[in-house]
Amino acid sequence: MSTVLILGAGSDMAVAIAEKFASRGCDIQLAARKVERLTALQTDLAIRFSSRVGLVEFDALDFSSHSGFFASLNPLPDITICVFGYLGDTEKAATDWSESLRIINTNYTGAVSILNIVSAHYASVKKGAIVGISSVAGERGRQSNYLYGSAKAGFTAYLSGLRNRMFRYGVHVVTVQPGFVYTKMTEDLSLPALLTAKPKQVADAVYSAVKSKKNVIYVKWFWRWIMLIIKSIPEFIFKKLKL
Amino acid sequence: MKQNIANWGNYPRMKSEVKSFSMDEQLDELMGKTDHFIPRGNGRCYGDASLAVNTISTLNFNRILSFDSENGIFECQSGLTLDKILDVIVPKGWFLPVTPGTKFITVGGAVGSDVHGKNHHVDGSFSNHILSMEVMLANREVINCSPAEHPDLFEATCGGMGLTGMITKVKFRLKKIETSFIKQKQIKAANLDELIRLFEEYKEYTYSMAWIDCLSKGDSFGRGILIVGEHAKMSELSEKQKMRPLVPSPKAKLTFPFNFPSWILNTLTVKAFNFLYYGKNFRKVIENVVPYEPFFYPLDVILHWNRGYGKKGFVQYQFVLPLSAKDGLVAILKRISDEGLGSFLAVLKVFGHQKSLISFPEEGYTLALDFPVREGLFNFLDELDLIVLQYGGRLYMSKDARMKPEVLQRGYPRLDEFRSIVRKYNPSGKLSSVQSDRLLLTGN
Repeated sequence: MSTVLILGAGSDMAVAIAEKFASRGCDIQLAARKVERLTALQTDLAIRFSSRVGLVEFDALDFSSHSGFFASLNPLPDITICVFGYLGDTEKAATDWSESLRIINTNYTGAVSILNIVSAHYASVKKGAIVGISSVAGERGRQSNYLYGSAKAGFTAYLSGLRNRMFRYGVHVVTVQPGFVYTKMTEDLSLPALLTAKPKQVADAVYSAVKSKKNVIYVKWFWRWIMLIIKSIPEFIFKKLKL
Repeated sequence: MKQNIANWGNYPRMKSEVKSFSMDEQLDELMGKTDHFIPRGNGRCYGDASLAVNTISTLNFNRILSFDSENGIFECQSGLTLDKILDVIVPKGWFLPVTPGTKFITVGGAVGSDVHGKNHHVDGSFSNHILSMEVMLANREVINCSPAEHPDLFEATCGGMGLTGMITKVKFRLKKIETSFIKQKQIKAANLDELIRLFEEYKEYTYSMAWIDCLSKGDSFGRGILIVGEHAKMSELSEKQKMRPLVPSPKAKLTFPFNFPSWILNTLTVKAFNFLYYGKNFRKVIENVVPYEPFFYPLDVILHWNRGYGKKGFVQYQFVLPLSAKDGLVAILKRISDEGLGSFLAVLKVFGHQKSLISFPEEGYTLALDFPVREGLFNFLDELDLIVLQYGGRLYMSKDARMKPEVLQRGYPRLDEFRSIVRKYNPSGKLSSVQSDRLLLTGN
């Protein structure tokens, strides 16, 4: 039976992923800030799926705590899923450095910090799987969310390189591009129903990607084509668009 | 985000700002900044009870908090739906103490409507089995209540349509079962008199209800099928059933993908349906052992069956009349039959005694009928209301989308007491729905 570590376990997407893996007989470690908020989820998963579910305090922005955090896990996880992210306020971030830094550090630096540690361990034991939830926003910078997008672009590139490096150790790395997802984070946006996934669909996609060792997945398949089109728009036109 | 929402009857439909939460602190924040909202679960009441300009959805607040499988005590957050509960408790030999005809309702909704099931005459309504619950009041104070603790809040929350506060956690007793099967018996009744006699004859059964053909006239006026059942014992199962005596139900696969054109349902098609339904029971009495799913939730196998009534939707009309008012039942069925407003589903059941503040059930006959929304329907239902009141009955708020406030007032003798408790805990009508405004339960 595998143990799955979920980093940033408080989000709707993370909860759905935890449920999915627990329903397939995995033990779960829920890692988040103020992790005691997740006590109800812990009890629920344990009752419904007879899984062992642990709660671990984790702060993506507290880089220096990351190695101690990982070493404290017992057992060390077989699968690590990095879900945390921060959309932030792009308008505010344009003039407020602390907001910019928070966006960058949550979506990129924090993820790199913890996954460096996780991947070093997996390389040493020559097994393991890492899943990174990135974003289609990272495929081309747009004025509405380019800070978030650029940090996710960095994260996507990181995951790609990590997959390449880890291959020879038999460690698999999955990049997930969810597209729009109905979550607390997007509750106030009006999203096109056809393009928007439910957290459960993301969870199903993540589970099957880990099982069948897929590399880069789009939760709704047409996002791959949408992004292909968006990426192929010439820059002299793109810069004039209101996206 | 503004969403276009409706409850199960698809009438009325409105735009609402829907917000959700999955943790206590998020609810606290949401309730702080939202005014004039109504808590909303899975939207399985029929009319406008969980509709408002602002709604706070409990669907993401759906965790099991404890399950004592030795003693059958279960505690969960209010957004958990009954189907998820069954998945967990049935394999351990427990069942819901009371369940309505669909398992797709939340526990919060079960409390807010104080739902009843086929076992009301034996086990009462859902609230009879609640040990305690937690409610977040309009001022965001969190109160634990039970029949002993804050009894006024407890009583007004059971069947109180979400007006006393946001139900957050509920702890209740389960029912022990030996198997997940039901030993059922179906008995055909040639007319209403026989049907009512059968109810009396079979009243020892834990579960009972009857389907009635509202369109039949003359000698077969009010013909129907009485369906009674008991949780089957191990010794009553077939060899095959014994191999897996405690199985939760399979997931539904059929669905109505779109709204049916409303002309499909007319007197002729309903007559044909009723003819077939009555005729399918070839013998007078059928007895067999079946899984709990088709017995309790025959319609859940078709997801979105409500779309069968077309885009304009339907209203479900459910009333209860005292046992002494059999004439009233006849009068109402006659009016429906004369009007030719047959309904697919007409369900008759006998309620047992219940003492409650605002819950719907009281001792007597309860009949539930579906009517597709069409011109003239509401005037007709206003007429039926008068007959119901005349015979000392009342209507079920969870099904209602149109009754007048005076109908509620006359049907519920303790309504003023309920109103004053609502005012105590929800003084400025922070929690209010389209229905509570219409029925003058929360208006300013």
